Amino acid sequence: MTRFVIKRIIQSIPILIIISIISFSIIRMAPGDPVKVFITPQMTYEQIERTRTRLGLDKPIYIQYFYWIKNLLKGDLGYSFINYQPVIKLIKERIGPTIGLMGISMIISVILSIALGTISAVYKDKFLDKFISKVCYIGISIPSFWFAMMLIYTFSLKFKILPSLGMRSIGVKSTLDLIKHGIMPVIVLSFPNTSILTRYIRSNVIDEMDENYVDMLRSKGLNYKRILYVHILKNSLLPVITILGMNLPSLVSGAFITESIFGWPGMGRLGVGSIFNFDYPVIMAITMLSSVMLIVGNLVSDICYSIVDPRIKLIR
Amino acid sequence: MNEVTIKKTKEYVKKNKSIKIYVCIISILILSSIFAFLSPYDPTKIDINNKLVSPNKKHIFGTDDLGRDYFTRALYGGRVSLTVGFVSMIISMTIGTLIGAISGYFGGRIDSFLMRTVDIIMSIPSFFIILIINAYFKPGIASIILIIGLFGWTSVARIVRSETLTLKEREYVLCSKTLGGNNFWIIFRHIIPNILSTIIVSSTLNVASAILTESSLSFLGFGVVEPFSSWGSMLRNAQKYMQDAPYLAAFPGILILLTVLSFNVLGDMLRDVLDPRNIQSQKF
Repeated sequence: MTRFVIKRIIQSIPILIIISIISFSIIRMAPGDPVKVFITPQMTYEQIERTRTRLGLDKPIYIQYFYWIKNLLKGDLGYSFINYQPVIKLIKERIGPTIGLMGISMIISVILSIALGTISAVYKDKFLDKFISKVCYIGISIPSFWFAMMLIYTFSLKFKILPSLGMRSIGVKSTLDLIKHGIMPVIVLSFPNTSILTRYIRSNVIDEMDENYVDMLRSKGLNYKRILYVHILKNSLLPVITILGMNLPSLVSGAFITESIFGWPGMGRLGVGSIFNFDYPVIMAITMLSSVMLIVGNLVSDICYSIVDPRIKLIR
Repeated sequence: MNEVTIKKTKEYVKKNKSIKIYVCIISILILSSIFAFLSPYDPTKIDINNKLVSPNKKHIFGTDDLGRDYFTRALYGGRVSLTVGFVSMIISMTIGTLIGAISGYFGGRIDSFLMRTVDIIMSIPSFFIILIINAYFKPGIASIILIIGLFGWTSVARIVRSETLTLKEREYVLCSKTLGGNNFWIIFRHIIPNILSTIIVSSTLNVASAILTESSLSFLGFGVVEPFSSWGSMLRNAQKYMQDAPYLAAFPGILILLTVLSFNVLGDMLRDVLDPRNIQSQKF
């Protein structure tokens, strides 16, 4: 196991290097000029060039890349072009709210979808199953930003029971206030995920019900409920692991649309803001962070697979 | 369409009667966006005296902030949204089918190179796509079609590749090979026609996701911009009037939801009906 993990980590290094080269060159070769943000009408040509040198943008791209890698290895992600703050500090400020928001909505989706998927499979083709699958169709088809707008209209504008913007009210420091701010973003984020997972779990549970081991356990006299909840469900959870592994990057990179609409001070909003301002160091940091998380997510889901399903061996 | 498919379709429709509704919705939306010009109103005609009128008999969706008839605008917006959905679907299906078939058929180094490329494209975070649009393209219908088309083919390529891997071992492929058919003849004549059902299913689901992506990008201001409008950009505009005119936000959103929903349901039906692996399980 340890050898497998070490091997996979070593294998992922070239992938990370390729991703960093590609994203670095895409960003740096873009026609937008970050120096433009600093230019004021009174500046002379010399001053503009000095700004360019100070930001390190006067050197060829590959030299800039090597500087960036060198600093990265020292643990220095550079400074934001916009407010001169260290990128690490910006990310530290924003990552907490994002992990909180994404983590809670992920946990809710998993719990809900296991329950709904199992119910749907047990009552296959009955009213309850049809109802759940209709709702799931809506979940995978609804544009998240529109769903958010409708929630804001209903709960903030019409009934005025939930705040529509930010993470906390100014001057208030209670958990209840935080929960009130978080309810709508969490609903918007978990509805699509719950729907996708429910559909997978439903079809897996239905497939597992036909397996031979179920007949065997029944002939041994085991209670059907026990077979369902212990044996069938355990085998049906594999897709959950894959999807959670695939979603791991979003835990740190956030949801840019949902965070923007609800004014949630997380990574998603940081990312969108940095794109608008051509803030290269921040964009690179977020890209690399989510690539690392993607690789970690794949690794973790492979390890979990082998634990849940002993037939799968960790080879290579 | 062979006999089994027709029989299965009938059986499916009998079991899921609601499928008829979704097919109707898609047809109505397509027809109404084609015949949008029949509307008595001009979608760009500004009438300040009539701004933000709630839905009534004259304007069934009301009017927007510049007094334009919202129903007509929704029809023209649907034309843009559906065009983006279909054209980008065609682009990504073409690239995906070709790459997947070549990758699966030739195998070896070509296969591992193409599949690693797919892996890398799939691992690009979605916000990076917005960045590329923002930096390299001017927002507009053509660039949004291109972007969605160029990023949407990876999953298609994977599906087509795995189908090709099983098909290329079949006897008729071997037969064509011994008779001197060249590789591209085999791919276009024998492999692609035999995975057509898979391609049809994925293209239906692809339209749904393309329309959804287009609406989110337009909502963020990176997609379709004035003077054109799509359902997504109408919602972007409607955001400002949530308090006074919530119907401006309601109608385009419902239309997106209905369209995407119908394509998703249709795609699932086609999968059940066309997938040859379902034949045994349904016992005919």
